[in-house]
Amino acid sequence: MSEWNQLTVHQCRELLERGTCSSRQLVENLIEVIHALEPNLGAYLSVDEEQALRQADAADALRRQGKTARLLGIPIAVKDVINVAGQPCTCASRILEGYRSPYDATAIARLRAEGAVFLGRTNMDEFAMGSTTENSAFHITRNPWNRECVPGGSSGGSGAAVAADEAIAALGTDTGGSVRLPASFCGCVGLKPSYGRVSRYGLTAFASSLDQIGPMTKDVRDAAILLGIMAGHDSRDSTSVAAPVPDYQAALQRDLSGMKLGLPREYFIQGLDPDVEAGVQEAIRQCERLGARIVDVSLPMTPHAVAAYYIIASAEASANLARFDGVRYGLRVKDAVDPMDMYQRTRAMGFGPEVKRRIILGTYVLSSGYHDAYYLNAQKVRTLIRRDLEQAFQACDVLLTPVAPTAAYRIGEKSQNPLQMYLGDIFAVPASLAGMCALSVPCGFTSHRLPIGLQVIGPAFCEERILRAGYAYEQTTAWHRQKPPVMAPELHLTDKNDNEL
Amino acid sequence: MVLDSGRDAVKTIDVPYVAHLARLTLDDKEIRDFQGQLDQIVAYVKIIQQVDVSGVEPMAHAVQIRNVFRKDEERKGLDRDVVLANAPVHDGEQFLVPKIV
Repeated sequence: MSEWNQLTVHQCRELLERGTCSSRQLVENLIEVIHALEPNLGAYLSVDEEQALRQADAADALRRQGKTARLLGIPIAVKDVINVAGQPCTCASRILEGYRSPYDATAIARLRAEGAVFLGRTNMDEFAMGSTTENSAFHITRNPWNRECVPGGSSGGSGAAVAADEAIAALGTDTGGSVRLPASFCGCVGLKPSYGRVSRYGLTAFASSLDQIGPMTKDVRDAAILLGIMAGHDSRDSTSVAAPVPDYQAALQRDLSGMKLGLPREYFIQGLDPDVEAGVQEAIRQCERLGARIVDVSLPMTPHAVAAYYIIASAEASANLARFDGVRYGLRVKDAVDPMDMYQRTRAMGFGPEVKRRIILGTYVLSSGYHDAYYLNAQKVRTLIRRDLEQAFQACDVLLTPVAPTAAYRIGEKSQNPLQMYLGDIFAVPASLAGMCALSVPCGFTSHRLPIGLQVIGPAFCEERILRAGYAYEQTTAWHRQKPPVMAPELHLTDKNDNEL
Repeated sequence: MVLDSGRDAVKTIDVPYVAHLARLTLDDKEIRDFQGQLDQIVAYVKIIQQVDVSGVEPMAHAVQIRNVFRKDEERKGLDRDVVLANAPVHDGEQFLVPKIV
């Protein structure tokens, strides 16, 4: 069996253009691997084999006619919260079981216009609320590096699928770390774009002032390619920004000379796992060897970020999820006596415990008498968190931090204590609240052989900077090429001049 | 360090009442579980009240965009059949709900 499933997006493109493989072969190979691994992994909620093969054949036919496009015939897995026409979009919730998307999200439409094949829907925490993917209403997803551990969340299915080579690349969404955390826990690359960079049209809303769609990939180049295609203004999302989209691949250079990297002292604190700290510190030294200058910065609001985030995100969620009322789509309980009865029992039956907790928390912080003390205060703290970051970026180009205080932990370890789980988001939420961009890049392993993620945070609309730093680091280390134990050995590909692809 | 949770939180939130505001029916076990968990969470998020925010403007979202308008012109939406296809109960023309009055 060929191992096309191990390819990156840019390697696929090269081999497809050379005629070494066809899109059908790629998709068939992935389907075979998915069948073999899924019983142990659970990364997908559904795989649309028929549609994927049809799209692959269409792409191969176009290629035979001499046509090409940036993703022609390349399969992508999509988190089950982003609409792909004709496919399910359950948000891993019983309340949307059976739902089929009537249209493409803008990000999907742009990938489709470049020839992408949509292979399947990846698992997630219900409505993207969670850090482990244990909150999926359908099944858990296991970490490919250790089946007893969580893959991170909420885009855990996408992270696991990419790490286990069940996908060439995937899309996740990030509200308070949901792309970066699973990328870190699974050992792949994850990019959260600046707020307003990628259209949210067709993304089922969790917290509208924070949500962003981001690529989860096997290397930084792939993240640059997918971001470049998805980014840009969309009149269907009034919060999408009309800033020009730079050539992100042009930002990928192998040295960091002239770049100033800031280390926020509040991120290197007691409680940070020693293996994670060691991995990140070694990554910082590597960046220094590549010519970067390291500067110390301070983000004094960091200890308040988790509280501000959970107030704001839950408040927005409680409003957004009001739309699930049993009228227009999804579940409705039988024999409701009146609309109130229908709303209350449909929502009670359709939502899982974490979603209910957040709806109640969000309703509480917005309710009369509590709004100012919680929601308004949190919005003001949000301003201060952004100021912190803006000030830090006066002294440096990007920040280097851990993605999370720990690597992946055991399934069930935190699922009974929601607050403990929330606290694991401490390094991820500040960039989200401030609307800035951030990247997770593999930077080593713990003594238990679990991946560690390096977070590169950049100012809003400075994705080139985080991509440049991430790429230079990645290209001079080999962490991203390592394969989890259940998978096949490393694959080396060379072009006609023997350069590694 | 900051990763400490408020363990002995007092009862702060009236869970059945707030659940009603959110149109959620909870069973007794959910009420018990959520009460403990939400009291702990509310006790923790209260730390934002220690921050001096005098004179600070609230931030609703991260981009400086206000009042985005489009031209008021007719645009085609989704076909009715497509929209109704996901509805739990409909009569081919409209969504049906239980009797209101």
